[in-house]
Amino acid sequence: MENGTVLSMRNISKYFPGVKALQNVDFNLRRGEIHALMGENGAGKSTLIKVITGVYPKDAGQIFIDGYEGEVSIRSPQEAQNHGISTVYQEITLCPNLTVAENMFIGRGEYKTVNWKEMDKKAGALLDNLGIPARPKQQLGSCSLAVQQMVAIARAVDTECKVLILDEPTSSLDDKEVAMLFKLMRDLKARGVGIIFVTHFLEQVYEVCDRITVLRNGELVGEYEIENLPQVELVAKMMGKELEGLSDLKAGERPANTGTPVYEAAGLSSSDARPFDFRIAKGEVNGFTGLLGSGRSESVRAIFGADRVTGGEVKVNGKSVKINKPFDAMKQGIGYLPEDRKRDGIIADLSVRDNIILALQVMKGFFKPLSAAEKEKFADEYIKALGIKTASADTLIKSLSGGNQQKVILARWLLTHPSYLILDEPTRGIDIGTKTEIQRLVLKLAEEGVSVTFISSEIEEMLRTCSRLIVMRDRNIVGELNGSELTQEHVMRTIAGGVE
Amino acid sequence: MARKGSLAARLRSEYSQLLVPLIAIVLIVVFNLIRDPGFFSISVAQNNLGNAVLQGNLISILNGASELAVLAMGMTLVTAACGGQDISVGAVAAIAGSVFVKILRAGATITPLTVALGIVSCCLVAMLFASFSGVLVAVFKIQPMIATLILYTCGRSIAYWINGGATPTVDSPIITGIGSFIPGVPVPTPILIVALMAVIFGLIFKFTNLRLYVQTVGINQGAARLNGINAVGIKLLTFVLLGACCSVAGVIGVSRLSLINHETLLLDVEMDAILAVAIGGNLLGGGKFKMVGSVLGAYAIQALTITLYAMKVPSTDIKAYKAIVIILIVAVGSPVVKEKSAQLWKKLTGKGASGRIRREAA
Amino acid sequence: MKKILVLALALIMALSAFSALAEITVGIVNNPPSESGYREANVKNFEEVFSADNGYVAKTAYTLKNDEQLQYAQQFITDGVDYLLISAAETTGWDAVLQSAQEAGIGVFLFDRMIDCDPSLFEAAVVSDMANEGDLAVNWLLAQGLDEYNVIHIQGAMGSDAQLGRTGALDAQFEAGTMNKVVQQTATWDEAEAKKIVESVINSGDAFNVIYAENDGMAKGAVAALDEAGITHGVDGDVIVMGFDCNKWALRELLAGNWNYDGQCSPFQAEVIDSMIKTLEEGGEIEGLNEKGQIINEERGFDAKEITEEDIETYGLGE
Repeated sequence: MENGTVLSMRNISKYFPGVKALQNVDFNLRRGEIHALMGENGAGKSTLIKVITGVYPKDAGQIFIDGYEGEVSIRSPQEAQNHGISTVYQEITLCPNLTVAENMFIGRGEYKTVNWKEMDKKAGALLDNLGIPARPKQQLGSCSLAVQQMVAIARAVDTECKVLILDEPTSSLDDKEVAMLFKLMRDLKARGVGIIFVTHFLEQVYEVCDRITVLRNGELVGEYEIENLPQVELVAKMMGKELEGLSDLKAGERPANTGTPVYEAAGLSSSDARPFDFRIAKGEVNGFTGLLGSGRSESVRAIFGADRVTGGEVKVNGKSVKINKPFDAMKQGIGYLPEDRKRDGIIADLSVRDNIILALQVMKGFFKPLSAAEKEKFADEYIKALGIKTASADTLIKSLSGGNQQKVILARWLLTHPSYLILDEPTRGIDIGTKTEIQRLVLKLAEEGVSVTFISSEIEEMLRTCSRLIVMRDRNIVGELNGSELTQEHVMRTIAGGVE
Repeated sequence: MARKGSLAARLRSEYSQLLVPLIAIVLIVVFNLIRDPGFFSISVAQNNLGNAVLQGNLISILNGASELAVLAMGMTLVTAACGGQDISVGAVAAIAGSVFVKILRAGATITPLTVALGIVSCCLVAMLFASFSGVLVAVFKIQPMIATLILYTCGRSIAYWINGGATPTVDSPIITGIGSFIPGVPVPTPILIVALMAVIFGLIFKFTNLRLYVQTVGINQGAARLNGINAVGIKLLTFVLLGACCSVAGVIGVSRLSLINHETLLLDVEMDAILAVAIGGNLLGGGKFKMVGSVLGAYAIQALTITLYAMKVPSTDIKAYKAIVIILIVAVGSPVVKEKSAQLWKKLTGKGASGRIRREAA
Repeated sequence: MKKILVLALALIMALSAFSALAEITVGIVNNPPSESGYREANVKNFEEVFSADNGYVAKTAYTLKNDEQLQYAQQFITDGVDYLLISAAETTGWDAVLQSAQEAGIGVFLFDRMIDCDPSLFEAAVVSDMANEGDLAVNWLLAQGLDEYNVIHIQGAMGSDAQLGRTGALDAQFEAGTMNKVVQQTATWDEAEAKKIVESVINSGDAFNVIYAENDGMAKGAVAALDEAGITHGVDGDVIVMGFDCNKWALRELLAGNWNYDGQCSPFQAEVIDSMIKTLEEGGEIEGLNEKGQIINEERGFDAKEITEEDIETYGLGE
């Protein structure tokens, strides 16, 4: 093992039925460094972490840890901890109704009986030492999220900790709290702890990290010193596009945003989305792009009223309207295909027919049910039009494949004849044939005068369909690209931000 | 051709859940016929008011299950939409019955007007109390059993405040007409009331989207909201409808005996009502539902009770026997047993019908 | 200013001293009136008798919970009441409280319900004898001189005092063979259940000529089943109907000849206790106690052929 390396993983592979989650991945963590582990959804970050922490057994490869002779095997989280590997997860897994000190010490298995006084004293010393603004006797739930996060870290590092894994620790913190957390991370780094930092905030990576390992589709892309990897290249690596030689699949030849605006928002914000301005013209296809967690889904949810709307002015066809809940949006002719099909889209135990007519039925009203014949007609029509593969309209939607489920949801909104359709990741997790079908459908709708907002994590797909892209980073809109700007390179530069 | 195939699939998916209550009823019927071939014979008798009326164990079962059947209808809706059960239906029915009696006794004589007024008021009061539980469940997101525990605990005390501790009586031919027989009609009125309620719910399902909304909310509340459904409102509505069912049950209960005993009126009925929903093949976790199943479940429970009475099983032991039968019914309807029996069926027939459908769908 | 204050204070003290002299303070611990129609009449009876008009100051506490009853009793002792009247929720746990009452010189009367303790700890217990109620009823039934007694016996909640007492007398007849048990079922005081029980007997075709229901409500339920089946009942009817508790509405059924017999379970113990307290206050001694320290509440049964409007007014419970 290289000198100064605290954790070294070689040729790690992990397979799930039908999926190669990790393939020959190497990963090296040095003593006293903060190492970012980057990758888009499904890149294998969390699988790798679960291998390190013993949640998943690896299928192949070796793990070496400083201070242990030869290969070590980690078969459970407890073993990982015994080897000096601690993890703090995104969701705080402590007990909010216990005190800070109790949370730091209880259940660690080293005490048979508890000496409360001593425990509080030890906790106090550790908190002071790490500069965490909490008192040992304070109830954990009364601390801010950042402090709770820090207490979790304190608990993790108090054991003989060589490797600290922070899995998305900043996603629910505000800027000040993030600063506090970073200070603690730097302190720990100075003490020689190796920190693996998983985040989707690019700026934070460049603020606090020393090195970056990028994964993509379960494979290692590379390991980089931070100063050798500009932000834009990082994005390119994460997305799997080399900057040079990017060919444009389609320039936005269609005029963007020139028609009459169908929908306009000014300063629209929700419980989950920061204020933003947005407009879309009749027959326009635009897209929200950005990395996962950049706020693209939250923004369109705000448009549809899916989250609690907190402010902003909205105009539909030039008229001021209030959209506070999905039904308001539907009345204005807006449709929304949600990002998470299983959780928000399908009504699993209902038939394909009921799933197709649902939105139209709701718009018609509680007291105006469609007749059985109408339902039959609509369902059959759209099953045919979209080529939905189902035994019959009575089949439960949950027994359909993912792509066909997605088509059913699409059918549901098409049936309402929306003037503005929001599609959030309509092509995720579905086969390539259906993907193309959906893209074609979007363009056809636009020709018919429907405005479409299209979100996809695959940039080519968006370039192929959208005539305008709104780029988001760290929950803010950071750019709007039209016409000749619609190239992979340009999009990625904008997503990455930083030095142009 | 496709239409034909889909009809069979439709029948199977739509009505397979009724199998359990139907089997239960058939078993009880067969058992009784073996025990006593004349068990279900119906005779015509002259009652003490001089009317020709139907009489027999079958009538006793249908008649006696009326309150339970009505409550099971409402309970089905709450279960489907909220994924939980209302355990205060007996108490709310006692409150409704007390209000009914209070209004009837307010006037000097009981006239059709006071009866109508009584029914309307007790219905409103019951809906009010039920919507209290409904608000706790829908708005404050309290688990239904916990939320309704409040009225389960204090409902009968509230009923006491309405009429006092004695058991006030309301003797009137109109009340007897509701609780027993209408002159000239040989069928017990409670059976007719159940039929009326069934028709009302049938019309509601036909002329509103109640079924679709309730099922959608019960299966996936988040998605329901994203499709413009007011999930809170729907949950609340199911409680209000259950409240109406409670008042109907309360009125029947009071009218049967022309008196209200707030302590015993429909005592422990909530468990039977929940059971009826379960026997009816409805998921207690919410989602799709068949109200017919619950009503059949109610009749199955009553048939069982009447059978045990006819066998002169001491009523202290009846609960134990009921429990055994219930365990059997619920076990038969459990997913594990269903799966095993499907496998067995597959082995016996050599091929699985369901496999074909799945291939087509893929 | 100060003078007025002192004067007022003196006045209040004088008044309270006066009232303390003139009145007897009693602490009443009972179950809440919502428990039953019986209890409602019972509470009303005590509140009427131990009123200011009769020279009493009454402190009352109504709860179903024994531990709360104990606390209230202790509080009354601390308050220095003259007498403590208790209808206990449970028969046990009372020794300490009764002891401290005795030490404080407070006279204790039990009513309606007994407590498991030494009879020396209370002055007297005024209770009903449920077995006696059963005997009265069964003796009345025997006196009817029927050729055959085929009895539907509808029991109250199993294990309750009332059920045990009222069942005992009838069971003895069944054993002796003087009466035939057609069916013996508990309806746990539930009217609707009683109706179902009788209905099932009618459906089975078994012959019966007596319905012995252990309370009025269940008798009413049974009669509803008879009415629907066209079976006559009451005076001149085919079936004898017997109930217990003497609700006013039930006694009216007797008066109308629809039922035959109703056994009393008297909630009126206040008058008896009142007279015993008066005796003690005058320096007398309580007489007529049995070895358990009890006075059995005088109870009777009513025959439909003899009952009068006046009886209903006097003995009927509720309205």
